[in-house]
Amino acid sequence: MKRILALFCMTWIALLPSVGMAQIDGQFVKPRTGKFILKNATVVTVTKGTLSNASVLLENGKIIGVGASLPTEGAEVIDCSGLFIYPGMIDGGTRLGLVEVSSVPETVDYSDVGNVTPNMQALTTVNPNSEAIGVTRVSGVTTVLTVPSGGLFPGTAALINLNGYTPDQMYGGFKAVAMTFPSSGRRGRFDRRSEEEIKKDGEKALKEANEIWDNAKSYLELKNSGAELSYFPEMEQLSKVISGELPLLIEVNAASDILSAIQWVEGKNIKVIFTGIAEGWRVAEQLAKAKIPVVTGPVQDLPTRASDRYDTPYANAGMLAKAGVKVALRTDEEENVRNLPFHAAFAAAYGLGKEEAWKAVTINPAEIFGVADQYGSVEVGKKANLIVSTGDPFETRSQILHVFIDGYRIPLSNRHIRLYQEFLERSPGLKAN
Amino acid sequence: MKKIFYLLLAFFGLGCNFSQAQVQKGSVLIKNATVLTVTKGNLESADVLVQNGIITQIGKNISAPNGVQSIDATGKYLMPGIIDAHSHVALDVVNEASAPITSEVRMKDVVNPFEIGIYRALAGGVTVSHAMHGSANVVGGQNATLKHRWGAKDPADIIMQDAPRTIKFALGENPTRVHGRGNGIQPRSRMGVEAVIRNGFNEALQYKKAWETFAAAKNTKGNTLTPPVYSERLQTLADILDGKVIVHCHSYRADEIYMLINVAKDFNIKKLVFQHTNEGFKVAPEIAEYTMGASVFADWWAYKMEVYYSTAFNAAILQRNGAITSINSDSAELIRHLYHEAAKTQRYGSLTDEEALAMITINPAKQLGIDDKVGSIEVGKQGDLVIFDSHPLSSYAVPQMTFVDGIKYFDIVADKDDQRQLVIATEMVEPIYLRANEEAHRCMQDVEIYLDAFDVAFLKENH
Repeated sequence: MKRILALFCMTWIALLPSVGMAQIDGQFVKPRTGKFILKNATVVTVTKGTLSNASVLLENGKIIGVGASLPTEGAEVIDCSGLFIYPGMIDGGTRLGLVEVSSVPETVDYSDVGNVTPNMQALTTVNPNSEAIGVTRVSGVTTVLTVPSGGLFPGTAALINLNGYTPDQMYGGFKAVAMTFPSSGRRGRFDRRSEEEIKKDGEKALKEANEIWDNAKSYLELKNSGAELSYFPEMEQLSKVISGELPLLIEVNAASDILSAIQWVEGKNIKVIFTGIAEGWRVAEQLAKAKIPVVTGPVQDLPTRASDRYDTPYANAGMLAKAGVKVALRTDEEENVRNLPFHAAFAAAYGLGKEEAWKAVTINPAEIFGVADQYGSVEVGKKANLIVSTGDPFETRSQILHVFIDGYRIPLSNRHIRLYQEFLERSPGLKAN
Repeated sequence: MKKIFYLLLAFFGLGCNFSQAQVQKGSVLIKNATVLTVTKGNLESADVLVQNGIITQIGKNISAPNGVQSIDATGKYLMPGIIDAHSHVALDVVNEASAPITSEVRMKDVVNPFEIGIYRALAGGVTVSHAMHGSANVVGGQNATLKHRWGAKDPADIIMQDAPRTIKFALGENPTRVHGRGNGIQPRSRMGVEAVIRNGFNEALQYKKAWETFAAAKNTKGNTLTPPVYSERLQTLADILDGKVIVHCHSYRADEIYMLINVAKDFNIKKLVFQHTNEGFKVAPEIAEYTMGASVFADWWAYKMEVYYSTAFNAAILQRNGAITSINSDSAELIRHLYHEAAKTQRYGSLTDEEALAMITINPAKQLGIDDKVGSIEVGKQGDLVIFDSHPLSSYAVPQMTFVDGIKYFDIVADKDDQRQLVIATEMVEPIYLRANEEAHRCMQDVEIYLDAFDVAFLKENH
């Protein structure tokens, strides 16, 4: 932390003299782009091994060089001796930017009225200035999938980078229609439905899902045959899943529901990603056989059943990977997305292993979302999303010293850090005067 | 139905076993561990001997007395049992939300030793938890300090009988929502919260005086005074004024924290700990000077308005300002990895290993008034210990064994997966709880009936 502070203060002081206005002290440090060379680091590429004493060259938002001796002319040199470079982490499922304060409904935008609202767009709803974005990105999470939730088809999720002032600047090139698969589980202690009622509700919801699906199919057939259709935005959006234009991101968790969902998507010939998968370890073989990629998490969660071994949520990702399922991780969080590296550490410690855990927060989600040509590793030609740290970023004792998103050098500040700077040694202290 | 069953069982159990309620104590020798004593530094490849529940020897080459099991912990780390100063694990009911002051209520009456959360906490190295009343009332019920003796069937056996009394207070959004907005009575604002507390203590002073007058007159000749009406509620408040009960106050904003410090000063209350305390960092010097410190989340924020202006550096700022600081869970999930939550003070504030570990051991012990018994590895203290495979502040650390009073209650290798102590015969299908995380936080449990539909929908967000 001291190093971050020192760096911050140095930048601050360097910029001070340019201030001329009377009522404003200091100057805001902005993200800035340019040509940067990060020199002499240990580079963990994720896809091409680990390189020691290597450098990474960034220009125009891209990684244009990775290796031992790179041309430095015109580049701002950042000495990274003794430091580590990793790709920016990707959280495969969040509500980041869609909610500011959970208990204040005026600030909660991830869920709208209605059971079938696939046309609700997470991307245009994202608040680029959400405090949580600034708080998240300094942890090394540079990209997240932000997902609407609530009804059966609650909306369309979007991949966003955690820098920029408009959704277009943040957009990461992937969208998916979200589906909440009818659940046979309880939503919590307050859910006091009987077994019978839960079963009935589940069957009813699945029946409804099938009807909606058939309608969307009819809609697409009619549309393709050139029929004149009345305005029907829900069906329009769902038909994009049927035509293969957009994948379906299915939230499903209980073992029996996962099996139903595998059956449900069979023969539909659509692109599918499963997410949640809390009880995936119970049906890992079937998931592997179905070849459906999975975004699972949170890892730091409670077991779903009282009889389960205490560590099943920690071990779930590892058991899925071992069975051959392609696994990415998610926090399923809003303001706590910064904990993604720690969720990954727990998954690593309880069976996934460090290397696979890194993949699960970098290249795997990139591949699952079809953006691996741009994201998920330190490779020439990819987007300059990377982090520099004093050690393993999954360890709390490591400090993240630099964050680059889309080639922008991100100032390591946010409200949490500013409050620290203001209050560590408060003035006045205990006694005024 | 389940609750009634537990209650019946509890009464039955108490009736049968009251006279012979005996807490089991054990002996064990843990050898060749890196011992993190927390209060007396670290010892490399050292042994710790627990006899009859008490740590009797710490050092090298200790040999096991006759009949004492020896465990080789070569390459492993041994730390004191983790203490959670804010939990609702093992409680059947959390809130008695029927009045702004309910100091007569006792959590020890609703302790459920069968709750699986106890074992799950042990699997995270937690041996002691502070089972608190919820935050619906300005003055809530009296809390219970628990020792996680998993397998005990008598609620009395998991209550730490030698711990001092503590009570829950709550400021801010929760009591004003439940009582002001929900029931149309004071408090509806933070002004009302202060008034409720001051009125309560003033009434308790009168109550105390009435009893003192009665006691003084009792033995005088010709006395005709009748005793005052006994009130458990006022008596408990009087006990707080007499320093017999530690106040643990749910609080978030700096202004309300400062308010309570001033109230405490006015009524000469010294035993005061702040819970949650998200804006504690803003009044850290005052907290350090006048109270027993703050028990905080490592990094939670923004789940409600009064925690929007938080910082994950809170614990570090409090620590650096000299406040006794602990990291708590308030959650059946977080309680499973408090060692990791404590480690976050290294990301957010670069605290030392010793400072970070103290936040889940000796510091919460001080705040619960049990630091003479637990919270560090020292001769004479109770044998609550955890073995980790690597340093407990590493994100990859996995607890291996957990001991309470020298008895092993968690063993990652030997334990069977299904740890339920009680299966309800009428429960044909085991319930599946999804995203149980969201309701793992139970500060506002049992207040549904006092709130409108919107508030209930957002209950799960509230602590």
